[in-house]
Amino acid sequence: MGRKSVIRAESINKFFQQPVPFQVLKNISLDVASGEFVSVMGKSGCGKSTLLYILSTMDTDYTGKLYLNDQLITGLQAEQLAAIRNEHIGFVFQFHFLLPEFSVLDNVSLPAKKLGRKNSEVIREDALEILRMLDIGHIAEKKAYRISGGEKQRVAIARSLINSPSIIMGDEPTGNLDSKNSANVLSIFRNLATTEGLTLLIVTHDKDFARQTDRTITMEDGIILP
Amino acid sequence: MYKKLLWFIAGMHIITRLKQSIVAGLGVTFGIATFITLISFMTGLNGLLDGLTLDRTPHIHLYNETGPTKVQPLDLVAGTPTDWHLIRSVKPKPQQSRIHAAPTLIKAISTFPEVAAVAPQVSTQAFYTAGAIDLNGLIAGIDVEQEERWYKLGDYVSPGSIVALSQNDNAIIVGAGVAKKLSVGIGNKIQLVSPRGNSLSLKIVGTYQSGLAEVDDVQSYVNLKTAQRLIGEPDSYITDINIKLHDLEQAFPLAQRLERLYDIKAVDIGTANAQFDTGTSIRNIITYAVSITLLIVAGFGIYNILNMFIQEKMNDIAILKATGFSGADVMKIFIIQAMTIGLAGGTVGLLLGWIFSYTISRIPFEIEALPTVTTYPINFNLTYYFIGIAFALIATFFAGYLPASRARKMDPVDVLRRQ
Ligand SMILES: Nc1ncnc2c1ncn2[C@@H]1O[C@H](COP(=O)(O)OP(=O)(O)OP(=O)(O)O)[C@@H](O)[C@H]1O
Ligand SMILES: [Mg+2]
Repeated sequence: MGRKSVIRAESINKFFQQPVPFQVLKNISLDVASGEFVSVMGKSGCGKSTLLYILSTMDTDYTGKLYLNDQLITGLQAEQLAAIRNEHIGFVFQFHFLLPEFSVLDNVSLPAKKLGRKNSEVIREDALEILRMLDIGHIAEKKAYRISGGEKQRVAIARSLINSPSIIMGDEPTGNLDSKNSANVLSIFRNLATTEGLTLLIVTHDKDFARQTDRTITMEDGIILP
Repeated sequence: MYKKLLWFIAGMHIITRLKQSIVAGLGVTFGIATFITLISFMTGLNGLLDGLTLDRTPHIHLYNETGPTKVQPLDLVAGTPTDWHLIRSVKPKPQQSRIHAAPTLIKAISTFPEVAAVAPQVSTQAFYTAGAIDLNGLIAGIDVEQEERWYKLGDYVSPGSIVALSQNDNAIIVGAGVAKKLSVGIGNKIQLVSPRGNSLSLKIVGTYQSGLAEVDDVQSYVNLKTAQRLIGEPDSYITDINIKLHDLEQAFPLAQRLERLYDIKAVDIGTANAQFDTGTSIRNIITYAVSITLLIVAGFGIYNILNMFIQEKMNDIAILKATGFSGADVMKIFIIQAMTIGLAGGTVGLLLGWIFSYTISRIPFEIEALPTVTTYPINFNLTYYFIGIAFALIATFFAGYLPASRARKMDPVDVLRRQ
């Protein structure tokens, strides 16, 4: 394809020691190119979430090499990894993971404020624009614990978008939603991929969802099926 | 901007858990308020007790000591090693309690940089006579202005006033015990007879009450000239020189120096009143011990609240970390929370402490010995308020540190997996 690599893993191995020594990921290598919309499928317990935590730099207890935008990020300090997550990686969890006592707008703005590239006025405008794009502009001032599940998931997506990251990773972002809402989230991702050229790596159990992505990686017992 | 962000998050946590935060803060408030009240009261009391004696005591007291001369006349005779010279029944010559060349000495000592004030004094024994009674007494001729300014003599004169003494060469302030025994009071006349038989009739302008009965039963004050007149000596006759210093610590070394320089007995305040220091420091230690104990208890309150907080906010911490906040950021957020609670609680504590001590300082407290003291003594020294708030901040910092560093180390993946 000749497109730039956004995230690349080389021979990732991951072991759990408890309750018994057990290899979850076996020599995983993968490469997601810029602008690609990739889905990851596989049976429950095959190691999808584990892989995603490693790719998102939150889990550093593995062997192998991880590159972000062709730069090795394996072995960096926790503080540096936090900065990388802040700037380059947007994460959407299965359970809408928001700060409940903060407003929707604050939830979306916090990563941008942490990044500190823009002043709070600009951040506020950006956040509102993303919220409007996702059709939830009207709930910007509401506390996060006062909105519905589908809205929460869209707020989480808005938050992952705020710093224009290199890649957005999702761990079953629609797993907790009804079919109408999950179709909505899917179409949001689909749109972002085509219109904004965003790179996405999404774990899903939903075959319809996977069918609409550019490429599907299938896992089984810690390996990637060819 | 970035700091503001951490403060914003910390502030949000406090606001959403306002009740618990206030309870934790009240622990600090209580500790600090108690500290301020206790220390103000204790040091106030210390000041009063020490002042009873120390205020009235010169830092260095110069006088001529009674005793045999070191060089006896016989020593002056050129010794022949084979002879024995015997002088029997050596007796002291009439006591010379006068300080030699006192006016020059006073001038010289005044120029020492350590010295704040030098006051001459003439002390003598005398009899008080009224009607048929003769009472043994001690008369001090004083420089009234100096005595009032540096030894607060006026505080111990009641009723009456010390000012009358300075202008009037026929005035006297008598000890309360003397006045009582002779049944005399302000306006009455009293007859003094010196050891050599001179007699003076003086008008009482006040009574002196030191609080120590053995002093009040004998001591009286007149001005320098009156005392000199009583014993029939000229203006230059001075028996004691009292020195106040800028720094109490200098008393001992300077006393030694003066002894060497002027061949005179010099006693410093530390030697004269060794026991006061120990009493004061023990009372202070007790105060600090009680306050620190209270603050440790308050610290546990904050520790608990923060631990509970962090337990509740596991998800929040995981989100913050997943979206790019570092462990240090998260730690700072919780430290800010702890210290905000500490600062707020501490400030209210200072205020409360001030109110308590002010209230105490209004409570009537009358003791015979101290006519000028009418309410409980409180020391409103600002230093203790600084110490108090510093205590509060240090205690809350340590109380917040452990839970906060737990939050710093917490692995977000653990939280995410638990879902
Ligand atoms: N902390 C842990 N300690 C030990 N084993 C673990 C731990 N976390 C996960 N595992 C095991 O690792 C394997 C992979 O787990 P993972 O969560 O990656 O599966 P998954 O593919 O995401 O499954 P699902 O589709 O149900 O989310 C599972 O067998 C799981 O039991
Ligand atoms: Mg999973």
